[in-house]
Amino acid sequence: MVTDILLYRYRNLSILVVIILAQLILLAYQVRTNQDVRLIRVWSVTAVTPLARVLEGFRANTIGVIQNYVVLSGVQAENRRMKEELGKLKMENQYLKTELSTADRAQALQAFQKQSPSKTLAARVIGNSTGANSRVVFVDRGSSSGVMRGMAVLTPDGIVGKVISSYPTASQVQLITDPTFAAGVLSQKNKVTGTLKGQGRSDCIVDYIQIEQQVEVGEWFYTSGDDRVFPKGLPVGQVSVVRPGKTFKEIYLVPAGFQRGLDEVLIVVEGVHQQIPNETENISGEVKMLPPPPHEGQPEARSADDVKSDLLTDADRLKEKYREIGTSQNYKFGEGFSSPNFNKITVPKPATPTPVPPVKQPDAPAQTPPAQ
Amino acid sequence: MSEYSENILIEGTGKKKGVSRFRPTALLLIPLAAILFQVYLPRFFEYFGYLELPLLVTVYFSLMRRNQLHGILIGSAIGLAQDSLSSQPLGMFGIVKTLVGYFAASVSQRFDVENPAIRLILGFFFFLFHQFFYWVLARALLGLQMNFDIQQNLVLGVLNAAVSLPLFMLLDKLRQEETSLV
Repeated sequence: MVTDILLYRYRNLSILVVIILAQLILLAYQVRTNQDVRLIRVWSVTAVTPLARVLEGFRANTIGVIQNYVVLSGVQAENRRMKEELGKLKMENQYLKTELSTADRAQALQAFQKQSPSKTLAARVIGNSTGANSRVVFVDRGSSSGVMRGMAVLTPDGIVGKVISSYPTASQVQLITDPTFAAGVLSQKNKVTGTLKGQGRSDCIVDYIQIEQQVEVGEWFYTSGDDRVFPKGLPVGQVSVVRPGKTFKEIYLVPAGFQRGLDEVLIVVEGVHQQIPNETENISGEVKMLPPPPHEGQPEARSADDVKSDLLTDADRLKEKYREIGTSQNYKFGEGFSSPNFNKITVPKPATPTPVPPVKQPDAPAQTPPAQ
Repeated sequence: MSEYSENILIEGTGKKKGVSRFRPTALLLIPLAAILFQVYLPRFFEYFGYLELPLLVTVYFSLMRRNQLHGILIGSAIGLAQDSLSSQPLGMFGIVKTLVGYFAASVSQRFDVENPAIRLILGFFFFLFHQFFYWVLARALLGLQMNFDIQQNLVLGVLNAAVSLPLFMLLDKLRQEETSLV
């Protein structure tokens, strides 16, 4: 009887209730188990992303071609190539700068030669995700290209997000501005650790920083590597606002990764942790510095003493002194088990006016910083 | 409202109420195009992100088919497809659009849905309905701390309603035939 009423009299309402209940159960299952119903997503993504890719290809080959003819095709192609090259060089430069900041620069250079930085895969953004406040995009590289869930996504200027789903033809990337995004970050100057969170807007916040901890406006934040998604030492952004909150500081940050748009990104296939650069090597600090003036009565060419004066720390000077003692006793470091007699005082050589090649300044402003 | 105007509102100006039919390919491709529009175009024109074309398509098919069951199926299919392209769990858009489809189909049995004024009002109403229920579900089921900006949603409701008029007129041209409602 009841079944009859449900099936015939309230048939549509019953179907509505059944379908809503089914979707609620589906939702509850996903939330509870933190697992996805992958099959439906694969169907949709496989149906939509090839069309988006065709549209993107059509757009690039029609509007792009017209533009190329209008604005000197060769120049634009060259410009694109140079942009790509600049991006690569910036990443190399970033890596090099951080490695150079370690105590032994020669060793750092050797390490750089041996150990290449993070292995990345270039990908093109082909579409946005649906959703009210979500900041999620699709890229044209999927599991068939080796992309996996949890991989970091960045541009040469900084991090932009992480892969949250990987399908055969495309991947879904959650941007750092998405409200549900979180990543571990570390401030450059005061080495304060916090959690980067998206807000659904263009800026992000850094949460869980105690009120008594010091963070300044303009300070850079880098990835801390604690989240096991982003390699340590990648630029995140610059602090724009710092306010004391109720429990924690309210810190707003302008992400650095979106500075040049979001057409092409790099997916980190194999990440390499890096050191946080010193504040003196702040990538934002574009300061032109002249070389020190020549001493009065001395030629402009730099003497060996001048070179020694470039050794910044006590450790550097001590190392140099030990190296000289070893050389005077014909001792080769790293060979054998004996050691040179460090108590033997060596007479310092008089300064010779022999010109030496200019020493590369670590803080030289020639390094290209990311634009503000 | 007078009895005369109410009759016009409900039954139309002498036009017979009927069920519109569409080709299966249109039923498949139009929602797909609406979703593709939402996925692709906002990359280049950010303001297109404010248009809820999948919702408008759901409302249109539900209104024109005048069948609650059809509204439920169209709504849930478009909603789930939209869900699967988002980062959230499947079912959020599915539930909301299922409700939209059902109520739009229910409303269509009472009103003259060919009337542009009715379409405008319904487009506005169902946009707000959609946004509000989505917000409720996001807070209640997912625990997301989302804000419901009334002013912004009212403006977007007007925008979507305004877009629904030419869109519905365009989709009217794809109608195959119209049979009278039994």
